[in-house]
Amino acid sequence: MANTDFHLQFQDFEDGQGFTENNQDATTVSIDDPIKSRKQRKATGNAFEEEDSDDKTELLSGQKKSAPFWTFEYYQTLFDVDSHQVVIWRAVASIAWSVLLLPVTSAVFVLLSRFSLFHPIQWISECTSLLTASSTIFSLVVLCGVVLITGLFNLEFYTLVPSIPCSRMALLGTVLHPRQCVHSLVYCTMGMLVMWCASVTIGGRYSTLGIPCKQSESGEVVTCLNEYHLFLLLAGAFMGYSHSFLGVVKNMYYVSFQPIQQYKYPRFKGCLPMVVKCSVIQSLYSARNFAALYFFFGYVPKTWISSTLHLQIDSSLQPLDSLTGLLDFSLLYHLSISGTFLYFTWYLTVLLFRIYVTEAYSFPVQSTFTEDAEQCLPKVLAETNTLVMKFLALQDLALLSQHSLSRRLEVFSLSQPGGHPHNWNAISRECMSLLSELTQRLLAHQDAVASNGRVKSQSASIDTRSASSSSSGTEDVSETPRLSVPLRTPGSVFTSSVGGMHSALTAPFTPDVDSPFSSPAIRRLVGQQEPRSPWFGTVQSPHIMRRGPKLWSASTESQSNGSPPASPATVPSPPAANQKPSFLAQWLQNRREQLPEASSQALFADSQAHIWALQGLSHLVAASFSEDQFGVVQTTLPSILSCLVVLLEAVDRHFKLPHASSKPVRTVCSMGDSTYKTLRFALRAALKTAIYKITTTFGEHLNAVNISTEHRKRLQQFLEFKE
Amino acid sequence: MCSLGVFPAPVTAAQTLFERNNELLSALHPGEHSQACDLPSPQFTRDTLKGHSRPESSSRSVFLDQRDTLWMRSAGAWRDAGLYGLLDEITNSAEEVPRFLAVGSACVLALLRWASSFHGSLFPHLTLSSDEMVAEFSQMLDWSDSALRSFAWHPHTDKFAVALLDDSIKIYKSNSSPTPTLKHRCQRSVCALQWKPLCGSALAVACQSCLLIWHVDPASLSTRPSSGCAQVLSHPGHSPITSIAWSPTGSLLVSASPVDTSMMVWDVAAESAVPLQRVGGGGVTYLSWSPDGSRLLAATPSALFRVWETRMWTCERWPCLKGSCQSACWSPDGGCLLLSMQGERVIYALTFSDLTGGPKAASVVADLSETTFPGPDGDLTVGGEVCSLSWDPRGERLAVLLKGDSQADNHPSVIAVFKTRSSPVFELLPCGFVMGEAGAEPRFMQFHPHFQHGALLTVCWSDGRISHVPFYFSSAGLLGGDSPQQALASNTTNPSSNKLYTEQIS
Repeated sequence: MANTDFHLQFQDFEDGQGFTENNQDATTVSIDDPIKSRKQRKATGNAFEEEDSDDKTELLSGQKKSAPFWTFEYYQTLFDVDSHQVVIWRAVASIAWSVLLLPVTSAVFVLLSRFSLFHPIQWISECTSLLTASSTIFSLVVLCGVVLITGLFNLEFYTLVPSIPCSRMALLGTVLHPRQCVHSLVYCTMGMLVMWCASVTIGGRYSTLGIPCKQSESGEVVTCLNEYHLFLLLAGAFMGYSHSFLGVVKNMYYVSFQPIQQYKYPRFKGCLPMVVKCSVIQSLYSARNFAALYFFFGYVPKTWISSTLHLQIDSSLQPLDSLTGLLDFSLLYHLSISGTFLYFTWYLTVLLFRIYVTEAYSFPVQSTFTEDAEQCLPKVLAETNTLVMKFLALQDLALLSQHSLSRRLEVFSLSQPGGHPHNWNAISRECMSLLSELTQRLLAHQDAVASNGRVKSQSASIDTRSASSSSSGTEDVSETPRLSVPLRTPGSVFTSSVGGMHSALTAPFTPDVDSPFSSPAIRRLVGQQEPRSPWFGTVQSPHIMRRGPKLWSASTESQSNGSPPASPATVPSPPAANQKPSFLAQWLQNRREQLPEASSQALFADSQAHIWALQGLSHLVAASFSEDQFGVVQTTLPSILSCLVVLLEAVDRHFKLPHASSKPVRTVCSMGDSTYKTLRFALRAALKTAIYKITTTFGEHLNAVNISTEHRKRLQQFLEFKE
Repeated sequence: MCSLGVFPAPVTAAQTLFERNNELLSALHPGEHSQACDLPSPQFTRDTLKGHSRPESSSRSVFLDQRDTLWMRSAGAWRDAGLYGLLDEITNSAEEVPRFLAVGSACVLALLRWASSFHGSLFPHLTLSSDEMVAEFSQMLDWSDSALRSFAWHPHTDKFAVALLDDSIKIYKSNSSPTPTLKHRCQRSVCALQWKPLCGSALAVACQSCLLIWHVDPASLSTRPSSGCAQVLSHPGHSPITSIAWSPTGSLLVSASPVDTSMMVWDVAAESAVPLQRVGGGGVTYLSWSPDGSRLLAATPSALFRVWETRMWTCERWPCLKGSCQSACWSPDGGCLLLSMQGERVIYALTFSDLTGGPKAASVVADLSETTFPGPDGDLTVGGEVCSLSWDPRGERLAVLLKGDSQADNHPSVIAVFKTRSSPVFELLPCGFVMGEAGAEPRFMQFHPHFQHGALLTVCWSDGRISHVPFYFSSAGLLGGDSPQQALASNTTNPSSNKLYTEQIS
């Protein structure tokens, strides 16, 4: 410490001197003592601070690449702690609330599990004594641990852009993906833990795995297997798996934003009945399915457990995998009650996370301090790493453009020395680049459809054998950063060269850098393939295949992969002529048929961002008519108008494609959020409303705006309300 | 406070044509017909329209009674009338079922009936049938008897939609283009219509069982758009729908039903709804969104209404003294809300401002108790409860539809028109009564949303006619306007895009 003191004094002394001496001093110290040197380097001067920060960023990025998702560092880097503390705190608060709500749900569960209609007083007194018993407290602690783990584990899977498998094979691929397998495994374990706690709480015949019983021939007391306990444990594992399975099939981890803003408590209160209903229904379904499964295959785990743990099977009791054993009302009641409890705790975690994360956050439009500049709206809008911040910023933009006069004035203001409209320029540029990126994506998709006749022929025409034996190396193409502008040539929609560069670098278990809220690029780009699935490896471009380890690759595979995918009709014909397709191949072929609408849904999967951008842009432009004192919007008005009209044309053309305008069936009562299925309609409506907003505000003045004649004609339609 | 006593005496003999020079002129003066505007004014008579004589569920009485098995009948009862029907069926066929089942179901049925009657005594409107409920809470006076069921102007163009007794909707435009007729299987007992703002084509229809969103292509020449053009939005327990309101930005649609305590906020394109529930009041009957989009009035069937703030969707409760809120309208700037209550013959005003944090109490601005005017052919009594209120988009005229007494001979329903003044204090001044042709009573009225020479009131009459009454006046707000601001905007821009605003100035 003396050393440090000395240096501080020394610095005061040498205040007027140049940097060189300070630097020399610092370097000499750093050779001696690296830890102290860092402190001093901070003290010594600006020249080192930059280096220091460089060090830090390297450190962070290194962690990002290396930390696996079960370590704490991973979650630290998840949100890039510096600038995105908001999301971290929201996630933490949501998990904390789900833990805090656990005693309440447990109490309700205890009350329901001991329910007896005819002895109400005994029931109440039993429950109160049970609630204070040590075993209940212990299982409550275990449950808290379970909720914490699931809450943290879920963070890895939440997504703002749903994964839309475009064919049944892709869906199968998603379900069998290693990441998903880990998820299922964790949830099976958690389900068993919860069910263990539940069975301990219910007590009675369920409480332990081994019970003493008398052997029939000798009469001595041995430990027997308690089948009721085993039944509940297995049910927990089954429910855990079905939760995980339905989570991926129904996109349970898709976080959607509500059309209106509400405070958290009213929203939670409003959603609670839905969650209870969903968990009851899901639990009843699961109980039915599990009972059927146990009836047929229950003897397998039973014999296994009894042989490994040397537990006898009590032959005097009715075995549970029989009709009479299963038709036990109290058993089924307890099964469905504990299943409801299980699902409810999990759904509650998801619900709280959704509520917390989607709450509107107000970013400052501009800041007087330069260190806060990173937190300002224009900077966060341009964010590419964490999608959630971008979404929140866009939502904030849409809100401020409608509700807040003072913040709009900040957007229209000029920078103080210089007089440049930096805020407006940054915001409008970001919104327009989002919209034009969507336009490009739509055009690319339309080109692909036009060149092939139908989209599905691309994926369906690849040789089935090669697909079924597809290489595992290409499944990580999904771990690529977002593509800003997709390639537009028809054949090249699939050959995303950017994807190739990053493929095969990451192992299946390594999470991608911005995984929780980001989307795989290609899924959004192409729309008809689910890149996470190994089944689509063959659709990738040849040079990806060359990079990937060809573990199972046959010779035919490279042949079919080598041919350009733009001419799909010719590729499968030679093998089809040579050999008759087997039954399995045909089955696979059928499964790989496109699900209708899926490609459209995938194209518009992240359109919530575009909707906000449209709303924000149109309301700001409309407000500028009376509020923009310096005319900063006028310079960009022609480009905004033409951007909107071009997007409108692309969207109109997209809706003329088959299946694009068919509505999905509305699902009732499921925790999975299906709003992504109708996002394309919402986008179309928002786009028209945005154009109308501008045209009704500006009216005849639009004739003076410098845009091309075709666009003017289109706008004239809007002026006459003929759209 | 303004009362009906200071109004000029109504001219009963002839139809009111228009207002000019602060005077309502009627058809007595010859040569004034040329002033009428060129908007279509169709007429519908009850005879040509055939309503649905009976609801669908009772059609089984037409057919011969056939004894099915108990299972079949139970299943049918469950399908038709739910739990009630099932229990009723079991109780009625006591000889076929075990005794304990029949007794049990009878007990459960009695219990349910008792509970529902208890609930109904709290909220008497729940005992009404859905048609009666629509008639009770509709803004249309005498809804069940009228040939016209609802009416709505398009907010931006000269186009209006009329719902008729036979559950069809016709759309009229100012030029003589074809008038599309909209029919849909679910379109029953239309209670309210509203066009989507900032859109050329979408029309929301509040029906008995669901909400329909029609997309009528304005460029299409077809007179019968297929039912594929309609989106059906429904939510269990949310019917009949008696009121709908689009947000002024056109992004959200709110629907209300008197039996549902939650109102639905629809994202129409995505077909998703967010229920906003507040227990108390027993339902929501009438919705009105303020023109600036910041507040939403929601009236309930009991003596309570709420004013929602639309940014975070919180509400303030306003308990009323006597009856429920029957009708309301907002001033064009969204700062003032005029209300009328059932059973009271006054108009209340609530003034909202962002500075003071909302009003504390409503003030009475007009007294509408019965007043008798002497006339050439006997006295004429006007005044009574308010059925609906309408404020013109400039905020200069307020039309009030006053219920008459159907028993009394000389006490018809009339429309009283007030002039409104907001500065220095909010004030209502008498303008006059709008009278129809002899024998016709007004049923519904709405102001044209963008009439250029003042205000244009469209009235639906009891004889099935729709007429337009223009009010010609020069608005004080037009002269001052916002031209200085626009001049400023055009001066400070760079020269390349300078032409944007210059047209107006030159």
